[in-house]
Amino acid sequence: MSVRLVLLSHSATAAAGVAELAGQVAGGAVLEAVGGTADGRLGTDAGALEAAARRGLDAGDDVAVLVDLGSAVLMAKAWLADLDDEELERVALVDAPFLEGAVAAAVTAATGADLTEVVARAEEARALRKR
Amino acid sequence: MSAVGGTALDADAARAWVRRFAELVQESAVELTDLDRPIGDSDHGVNLRRGAVAVLAALDGPDAPATAADVLRAAGTTLVSTVGGASGPLYGTALRRVGKALVGVDAAGGPELARALRAGVDAVVRLGGAEVGDATMVDALLPAVEALEREVAAGTALPEAVGAAVRAAQEGAESTDALVARKGRASYLGERSAGHRDPGAVSSVLLLRALADALGGPA
Repeated sequence: MSVRLVLLSHSATAAAGVAELAGQVAGGAVLEAVGGTADGRLGTDAGALEAAARRGLDAGDDVAVLVDLGSAVLMAKAWLADLDDEELERVALVDAPFLEGAVAAAVTAATGADLTEVVARAEEARALRKR
Repeated sequence: MSAVGGTALDADAARAWVRRFAELVQESAVELTDLDRPIGDSDHGVNLRRGAVAVLAALDGPDAPATAADVLRAAGTTLVSTVGGASGPLYGTALRRVGKALVGVDAAGGPELARALRAGVDAVVRLGGAEVGDATMVDALLPAVEALEREVAAGTALPEAVGAAVRAAQEGAESTDALVARKGRASYLGERSAGHRDPGAVSSVLLLRALADALGGPA
């Protein structure tokens, strides 16, 4: 069992770019980029989030979900509220900046760390100072 | 027994509520998007209209939901999955929670409906983290459910009680004119967000108005 990341953005390009960067920094991490609406606009797609997370759970992995803004956050929280208790032990919404959190989570996940540790390392990215 | 023009929310009235909300959203889509333009990302009306069209489709067809609870839960699930903006999970969660609170209730009278709407609004507050005064849909929804609870407790007939909820929602939406937004994209504008009515509060009035229309009361 390992931890895979679902990267949920309003933009398919942003999700793919963050996945590209995090994947390059953390070889071996499993990343699912989910971005944009089903009809190709900017926005969030609940079905695509569900499908990506479900692929992880069905593969026996735990799932850390990183989100960008606004409706992506609300969508992820609304989706989590529907999961049963057993699934909730295997899925976490990460409270971290999207890019920095994804890189930290991917690097940690690639070491074989468990979900709790992946989430903790990713959330430390909130404290990353740039000046 | 149909509740249209009557005293309870049954499956037919729930269907009428959801249909009327979808109609009002489509009629108001341009106005909602215009409200969203100066403070948001100009998509509120467009997003909700897309959800409304999908909701209308979900109410028909071979797997059409049969009870009030199922109608509202199906409508909510459809909104979450089709709207694509923040209003999808917010309205979707609201309707699903109202529906969940009505499981096993064939025809909700005042007390059951007030309890169910309270559950829906509480879920919106939990999901979005907004309070009254943040210039969001909560500024319309919370006063509306409080008015409904007050009227129901006073023994007011359901259509009139829901009418009072519509007026409270409208006043709440108007109160957002003077408010500085504290949630969503508008919050980045700080003081510059004041002077604009919150589009989510305006569409929330439509949700209440649709309920009043479905129950056939004065609004």
